[in-house]
Amino acid sequence: MSQRWRLATGGCINRSRPLRFVFNGRVLTGYEGDTLASALIANGIRTVARSFKYHRPRGIVGVGAEEPNAIFQVGEGRKTVPGLRATQVELYEGLTAYSVNGWPSVEFDIYAINDLIGGLLPAGFYYKTFMWPRSFWKRYEHRIRQMAGLGRAPDASDPDTYDKRNIHCDVLVVGAGPSGLMAALTAARSGARVIVADEQSEFGGGLLGTGIEIGGMEAGKWVQKMVEALEKWPEVMMLSRSTVTGYHDHNFLVINERRTDHLSNPVPLMSRERMWRVRAKQVVLATGAIERPLVFADNDRPGVMLASAVSVYMQRYAVLPGRSLVIFTNNDSAYRVVHDAINAGAVVKGVVDLREGAASEAADAARRVGVPVYRGHVVTAVKSGFGGVNRINIGRLSADGRSVVAHKGSIECDVLAMSGGWNPTVHLHAQSGGRPVFDEAKACFLPGFSVQAERSTGACAGEFDLSLCLVGAVEAASEALRQVGIDPVTVDTPGTAQHTEAPLRALWSIPGDRAMPRGKKFVDYQNDTTEADIRLAAREGYRSIEHVKRYTALGFGTDQGKLGNVNGMAILADALGQSPSAIGTTTYRPNYTPVTFGAIAGRAVGEVLFDPIRRTPMHEWHVENGAAFEDVGQWKRPWYYPLPGEDREKAVSRECLATRHSVGILDASTLGKIEITGRDAAELLDRIYTNAWKSLSVGRCRYGLMLGEDGMVMDDGVTSRLSEHRYLMTTTTGGAAHVLNWLERWLQTEWPELKVFLTSVTDRWAVTSIAGPKSRELLESLSEGIDCSPEAMPFMSFCEGRVAGIAARVFRISFSGEVAYEINVSADQGLLLWRAVMEAGKPFGITPYGTDAMHVLRAEKGYVIVGQDTDGSVTPIDLGMDWIVSKKKDFIGKRSLFRADTARDNRKQLVGLKTEDSTVVLPEGAQLVNGFSSSRPVPMVGHVTSSYFSATLEHSIALALIKGGRARLGGSVYAPLLDGRLIKATITEPVFYDSDNVRQRG
Amino acid sequence: MLQIECPWCGACDQSEFSYGGEAHIARPKTPADLSDQEWGDYLFNRENPKGWHREQWCHTAGCRRWFNAVRDTVTSRIKAYYQMGAVPPEEDGR
Ligand SMILES: [Zn+2]
Repeated sequence: MSQRWRLATGGCINRSRPLRFVFNGRVLTGYEGDTLASALIANGIRTVARSFKYHRPRGIVGVGAEEPNAIFQVGEGRKTVPGLRATQVELYEGLTAYSVNGWPSVEFDIYAINDLIGGLLPAGFYYKTFMWPRSFWKRYEHRIRQMAGLGRAPDASDPDTYDKRNIHCDVLVVGAGPSGLMAALTAARSGARVIVADEQSEFGGGLLGTGIEIGGMEAGKWVQKMVEALEKWPEVMMLSRSTVTGYHDHNFLVINERRTDHLSNPVPLMSRERMWRVRAKQVVLATGAIERPLVFADNDRPGVMLASAVSVYMQRYAVLPGRSLVIFTNNDSAYRVVHDAINAGAVVKGVVDLREGAASEAADAARRVGVPVYRGHVVTAVKSGFGGVNRINIGRLSADGRSVVAHKGSIECDVLAMSGGWNPTVHLHAQSGGRPVFDEAKACFLPGFSVQAERSTGACAGEFDLSLCLVGAVEAASEALRQVGIDPVTVDTPGTAQHTEAPLRALWSIPGDRAMPRGKKFVDYQNDTTEADIRLAAREGYRSIEHVKRYTALGFGTDQGKLGNVNGMAILADALGQSPSAIGTTTYRPNYTPVTFGAIAGRAVGEVLFDPIRRTPMHEWHVENGAAFEDVGQWKRPWYYPLPGEDREKAVSRECLATRHSVGILDASTLGKIEITGRDAAELLDRIYTNAWKSLSVGRCRYGLMLGEDGMVMDDGVTSRLSEHRYLMTTTTGGAAHVLNWLERWLQTEWPELKVFLTSVTDRWAVTSIAGPKSRELLESLSEGIDCSPEAMPFMSFCEGRVAGIAARVFRISFSGEVAYEINVSADQGLLLWRAVMEAGKPFGITPYGTDAMHVLRAEKGYVIVGQDTDGSVTPIDLGMDWIVSKKKDFIGKRSLFRADTARDNRKQLVGLKTEDSTVVLPEGAQLVNGFSSSRPVPMVGHVTSSYFSATLEHSIALALIKGGRARLGGSVYAPLLDGRLIKATITEPVFYDSDNVRQRG
Repeated sequence: MLQIECPWCGACDQSEFSYGGEAHIARPKTPADLSDQEWGDYLFNRENPKGWHREQWCHTAGCRRWFNAVRDTVTSRIKAYYQMGAVPPEEDGR
């Protein structure tokens, strides 16, 4: 019979809906209402994982987000998700799950050898061992990752969709336990817009499955009534399966809602997860508390569980984690397990309570049902066999709690339910900017001063008494409402049974059995951080908890130390002889639990929405004609147009030669275009560009270089004077937006007196550029009303007219060194014009060329590309462009050119390189050296910025930045390549072709 | 994510804005007269206070206007907004 550990009655599960699932290849059955964890317990599966470092067998410890061990790969194929906590995975028909870190299986793991040699694997072991010698780290890392294993990403793209929604509210209530529900009802009845988010599948939080009476009814009933009441209010939104994962600035919170992961057959097209982006006026945190483990020898054996988890499994899920239990506690709350276990038919062998003496209400109640209570005792050893705990030893604790004074004997059991008290879930408070404060009496960190509009209530504020929680929640909600100007209505709180709890005794580390001194006391289960590791870190000089965290990996797991951190902090405090309040906490960061990439991305996946793709009006033609594309900024630009049988190199050479000998055509639409209008347009240009602009007459164009205020080249382009107070600036393709913002910023923040308007017109114009000795003839054949003669339209001028019947502005500017025209037409006419030019160019053998040929042609002419030949550390002087830097006027960046560092003469300067072997093309980015050198590292004198084979020159050419390069013309440098070759090259002027500019001016 | 009140458009998410750093760094009128030290100070040195900070923001994805804000660098609370060229509100410490 399957589910041998399932109770016959009780629980919030549906026995009429059995569900089959597969765990590590075994087909098992659970019920609707189960989590994967409760279903595994129902089937008696106790070892579910192997630990990270020592590969010790591990079982389920907790019941919620805190679970450190039962972390699985869930689902198959493209939908698989790694790192899910079985305690939060709802069971559905056909679910598949795998343990991720046992090899070959969790039952038999060959790396368990690490446990036996554990003495050799202390804290910082990886830092100390594998980081030396440094170069070996890469090799070790691979092995370590394989041994550790935290799951794998899907190997194909996600088939699901994910949504995001923005929403505002008056009050966001986080957590729908008794406090959250009470706070929400107060806010709802007062007329506020309320959101309630809870991470579980059902509302009720800690009340779920308990037999507690509240308001004269059983807890489940009360929860149901509350939820029904809340859902009636139109301004109340109740979100289950919704974790508030992040609390960010200005009360911006993110809720991760999981919509379909619990379904075996999700509704088609329904998004799998939804990210709510909430701007809340006020936040009420009712996030509860997580029970704290006790730190004792071998406290990680399967069967050692949180006491509260044991209760929840028995009551809510009707499964038995074990049949004979021992409870080990330092407080009264764990005594609940006694009664829950007896009700479930299990045997409670005893309660080991480390507190001394005096009777307590809880202990008396346990004794009354025949359960022995060992006051002043501790568990000194955990014996385990295949399948986990089978016996524990107990001993009498010394008065100071530092040693065991007498052995009491041993008790057989299969579950040890432990409780070291409770840690309020202060994560969101801390994320909001609050600093948790240690409370000595309650021995836990409580929310501190509120930095944002938030308040904590209930167990997360350290209030563990239910009736006081309910009262506090109404108060908290009322105060939040007053803050947003809403009068809170009076809400009565339901009555509950009152208990008097004896105080807990904080004992952060339990002394062990002298006979078994080697038992490891685990603090952080997920990372195998032990008490000894933390004490070692303290001995080695670590003082800050943030450093100890990084050294021991405490809290570094995907559970972010929800169970272990506070114990770890307290143990460090003890080792340093300080109080936990002096140590403080590590930083709580979003997200509270891991979030999938899908949820973060939402619909912004793929080409369309992640980053827009920009296509020119002529794109369609490029595609039809087989262009290979290159991404330039967001633009798709034709890279080259291979003919059948051509590779890139052949195509580019053909395109270059055709342009040099006849005519080439380039789509230049992507160049940034900014219209600058107004009385002071020329003044603006004068201040922005390094050269003078007031002398430019209407109808003429000028090249300009703009610098950052640090004197470094930022962008370049040609600007034309369209009319008296109207200019058209072109920018680099990738720099257009930046330049527009740059100009706008100076105008608005520094020069508001300038009367200038800026308009981005990049998309308004389609630009067909024709270049080559036949370009004029081609233009003439197409144009009306344009005198194309060199006298009427000289180099660096423009005119307006019609080309192929289309209204056009034709600029005679050249980036290729040939006679060239940039024909600008309205964007919607771009394709028409392009096709007309192609048709008219047939007699000349017109050849379309892409960015690659464009790069070669301009490099032959020594024209730099900003961003390729410059990198933000290059001045115009470094580029040998002193000629464009005005001596007379000020401009942005000018003063920086005279700073000591920018003015020194051994800066990297732009030069040309010609390789000794004309066929060898240097890789761009190659470092340059002066030759063989015995010193290490070999002094580097520069690097290659552009490099191509020039078909025109039949020689490899390159541009490079070389220290003091201008003084080394004619000398040699060497490029050591990865394959061991050392390529010799001669330093030349950076202009390789037509250095007198005869061709482009022709 | 901050919520920033553009003086022209009202409260919008921070993702619509770009940050401009410390406000009131006036560009020197005659840079050529400055020593390297003085120019370097204008170019590179900023206050970086813990507490109230007068800074520039631009509503890049909105009206594209620049404006000033006074923000607490610890809590990110913004207590005042004012236009370019306006006199900053008096500082009251923290
Ligand atoms: Zn605006």
